[in-house]
Amino acid sequence: MKIIKGTDVCVIGAGHSGCEAALACARLGLKTVIFTVSIDSIALMPCNPNIGGSSKGHLVRELDAIGGEMGKNIDKTFIQSKMLNISKGPAVHSLRAQADKQKYSHSMRKVLENQKNIIIKQAEVCELIWKKIDNSDFGYIKKITGVKTFTGIIYECKAVVLCTGTYLKARCLCGESITYTGPNGLQAANYLTDSLLSMEIEINRFKTGTPARMDKRSIDFSKMEEQFGDEKVVPFSFSTDPDSVQIDQVSCYLTYTNENTHEIIRKNLDRSPIYAGVIEGTGPRYCPSIEDKVVKFPDKERHQVFIEPEGLYTNEMYVGGMSSSLPEDVQLSMYRTVPGLENCEIVRNAYAIEYDCINPKQLYPTLGFKKIEGLYSGGQINGSSGYEEAAAQGLIAGINAAQFILGKESLIIDRSEGYIGVLIDDLVTKDNYEPYRMMTSRAEYRLLLRQDNADLRLREKGYRVGLISKEQYDEVVKKKKLIEDEINRLKNVKIGASKKNQSFLEKYGSTSLKTGSNLAELLCRPELNYDILQELDPDRTELPSQVIEQVEIEIKYEGYIERQLRQVKQFKKMENKKIPPDIDYDDVPSLRIEARQKLKSFHPVSVGQASRISGVSPADISVLLIYLEQLHHRQSYIDGGYK
Amino acid sequence: MKTDTIAASATAMSNSGIGIIRISGDESIDIVDLIYRDKNNKKSLKNYKSNTIHYGFIYDEDELLDEVMVSVFKKPNSFTTEDTIEINCHGGSFVINRILKTVIGHGARLAEPGEFTKRAFLNGRIDLSRAEAVMDIISSQNEAALKNAAKQMKGSIYNEIIRYRKKIIHEIAFIESALDDPEHIDMEGYTDRLNIEVDFLIENIRKLLSTFENGKIIKEGIRTVIVGKPNAGKSSLLNRLVGEERAIVTDIAGTTRDIIEEDIRLNGINLRLIDTAGIRSTDDIIEKMGVEKAKRYLREADLIVYVVDSSISLDENDMEIINMIGDKKCIVLFNKSDLNAEISQEEICKVMKERSVSPLFIKTSMKENMGIEDFEEAVKKLFFYGKIDCDNEIIITNLRHKEILSDVLMNLSDVKKSLDNGLPEDFYSIDLMSAYGNLGKMIGEEVEEDLVNEIFSKFCMGK
Repeated sequence: MKIIKGTDVCVIGAGHSGCEAALACARLGLKTVIFTVSIDSIALMPCNPNIGGSSKGHLVRELDAIGGEMGKNIDKTFIQSKMLNISKGPAVHSLRAQADKQKYSHSMRKVLENQKNIIIKQAEVCELIWKKIDNSDFGYIKKITGVKTFTGIIYECKAVVLCTGTYLKARCLCGESITYTGPNGLQAANYLTDSLLSMEIEINRFKTGTPARMDKRSIDFSKMEEQFGDEKVVPFSFSTDPDSVQIDQVSCYLTYTNENTHEIIRKNLDRSPIYAGVIEGTGPRYCPSIEDKVVKFPDKERHQVFIEPEGLYTNEMYVGGMSSSLPEDVQLSMYRTVPGLENCEIVRNAYAIEYDCINPKQLYPTLGFKKIEGLYSGGQINGSSGYEEAAAQGLIAGINAAQFILGKESLIIDRSEGYIGVLIDDLVTKDNYEPYRMMTSRAEYRLLLRQDNADLRLREKGYRVGLISKEQYDEVVKKKKLIEDEINRLKNVKIGASKKNQSFLEKYGSTSLKTGSNLAELLCRPELNYDILQELDPDRTELPSQVIEQVEIEIKYEGYIERQLRQVKQFKKMENKKIPPDIDYDDVPSLRIEARQKLKSFHPVSVGQASRISGVSPADISVLLIYLEQLHHRQSYIDGGYK
Repeated sequence: MKTDTIAASATAMSNSGIGIIRISGDESIDIVDLIYRDKNNKKSLKNYKSNTIHYGFIYDEDELLDEVMVSVFKKPNSFTTEDTIEINCHGGSFVINRILKTVIGHGARLAEPGEFTKRAFLNGRIDLSRAEAVMDIISSQNEAALKNAAKQMKGSIYNEIIRYRKKIIHEIAFIESALDDPEHIDMEGYTDRLNIEVDFLIENIRKLLSTFENGKIIKEGIRTVIVGKPNAGKSSLLNRLVGEERAIVTDIAGTTRDIIEEDIRLNGINLRLIDTAGIRSTDDIIEKMGVEKAKRYLREADLIVYVVDSSISLDENDMEIINMIGDKKCIVLFNKSDLNAEISQEEICKVMKERSVSPLFIKTSMKENMGIEDFEEAVKKLFFYGKIDCDNEIIITNLRHKEILSDVLMNLSDVKKSLDNGLPEDFYSIDLMSAYGNLGKMIGEEVEEDLVNEIFSKFCMGK
């Protein structure tokens, strides 16, 4: 048996999560091997051809602020870009870009290939190698020492990051036909699950799906609404030069299903593997197949269908909104009822995919496994869905695997600091019975967590970890200062009730002044903005547009932002009350049985996290707090239950 | 770190001999300083050492509420480790509630159940030997409180709150779905719909809140203040109702110089009668003080009985009185109706314009013992729409519930404000969420998870 020494981190899988994990480790100076079943599937986009979207755009910007790659890569390879929700408040503006899938994948592959410290290896990892070690909290724990490939080679390492996506024991279903492959007919990973089970890791089985791809030449676009990109494109990455993304863009198209479509689906439901009971995995509610939509929303007369290009290299078009696991013949007749698709030719049919994933309650918020030293996991294996969710977790899992090896403090982003924090906290804290998708409604402090201020929120964390350079960090510090100074200045520029000022206000339909005011107060008025106020503010110095944007938001929405900051303050208090890892919940009197069971199975790290577990009531939390206080007196425990 | 200041009654709200109100937080001493005066009306509590107790009085503005002992605990030498004041007052829910309300009115917040203990823990201090005991007490208290609340809540209030919450979560879910899936869900015309919903909620919660006054009235009686010009017959009315010569009645105007209070029972309703000095411009200092006091009582009255001597015409003193009555519930007694009438209802109505509840007019003659029954009927009419049976009405009696509902009302007003200012939905959805959360506090339910569930079950989201 061949043993290869000298590796620090093994990353299993080279999808969106694996790429971020490997890049983070390598950039932090660790020898990293990234395994994939196929070199050609690095950063593959097997489903929708876009990055970002509502709340997912936030994730990408946050990831970029910390030092991830996804934002930079889509900036290099997008073919259309749009800021969504622009008519709504700044907190829910979200960037979404259509990608050239092939270019996206190739570009990311190039980044990996050129990154120092990374070795790319086409091989299937079948087994994790580990040993028992003594541990003061639990008696003993497992410790990762390496991985073993299908060909029998062992890579010794200090940490492993699992990023297996939808490949574990994957099978694809299309009507009555079942193939035992991963997405796009790629080889499934059939052995690793058993190794995880032997380590007492709890496994779930989830399901997701993808719609058909069609030949562009067979589609009649004249029957659809054309959807253009934005005139002025905003890049995802804070490091991308905005001028470099003003490119010629391609269009997407919108059409609708109708009663005929729904009729065909209803007639053939018995041939759908989900409704016929063939699929065991739990599918996502928010990304339902077209059969799910028709069954669950019988009153809806039509559903939207988006036709999106897969890239500039191909004629294939993605049929967004119509994923399905119906047999191919039904698919064809169903698609052909849609206006514009009457003569469509399917290039790749829609299918559902089933795969193994872990129960993420076994993870700390670091994405490290509880009781297994050196094992981390990120992406769809944690029960999430979506490229962006995967990438964000991959980055955090990779950083923390590296920090562990380097003996440095873990990076944890809490719910008040970023969508990434919300994503990970939800995964490791809540019972999750279906693939988890990020949504703005999940972020309770979302007015603070805007895509426009991700750099202000998170650059510093990236800098402390070592993925953001001093120059990049200094830029953010400078920006913060400019914002602060400008807000103070505006609050101090007095505006009198002079004739000239009154006629200015009248011109913009704004109520006249009764007493003196200042520029900040005027800026609060919905009908006025920073630009307009130039007239009353001739002495202002020119500021970068990103600074002006922050100044405007912070002044205009000051009351709301303050309300959220107050909520965050309360939140942090409970978050800072740590629970020692060796707590014995049987020893806590007065806990209700359900709460006791939940706490035992989740092992929350803080009282705040405990309070978010469903089934743990406020009364249970007070009992827990009291117990901890007693414990505190008996044996002063260390603040921070995990490393 | 600065903490907000909380207050609560540390003793049961019953007719015990002594009641204790505890106030904890950075501003507790400042707040109590505003309402506490010692014998000499001088020294500030700030200047006292920690762990000391002081004799004095609690005032609401200039109104004396109670004679008290005040204990001062400076941080970290208190149960919560924060600056803490304990007011030892006389027992009885009325006094305790009044003082507590005054403390809250001066900047403290009503404490959640167990919040003092929670703070003691959060601040890392609890007497080791007592920890175990306290734990038992707290958990049992919670359970009891929970049971108690549940019992009260299982009935109509519970259902009412559930109904509001359902409405709110439905709107939030719609907004959130639209935010998360802008291409599938259309928001056009939505704000009009939401405006209607919010108006409905505001109206209903206002109604519910207004029952707190009724609830209080059932528990504590109607605060009825009798006003009028000197010698209009106020004291005679009091004496007729009480049935004994409580107030000195003479023909000399200005006889009643201070306030007289009496509890009476009228057809099953408790009335707390307060006879005031006749109101007129005067140079007599003592009488002047009585008048000032009367004005203060008027502000807190549930009902004002305005006694008019119908045999003489209205003058500027009457105008001032009518002004002071404002929008309060009011019964106008045309007294001395055995004599020739010099004034009419219309005349008074003209002066009392823009009232939400029109006053009731009754002709009486104290001398002839005439019109007392009509007065009793009028009281019933004004307070219980003629029904004294309150079993079917949803009534709030709990101060905590009242506070929560007031918060909810504020949240909903914030929603209205945002709608009026044309702010986008992600702003007002935050205040909707607060309203939902606050209502949840009232019935002890969880907040977050049901939102996501609602989104999925109610609205179609596509990819």
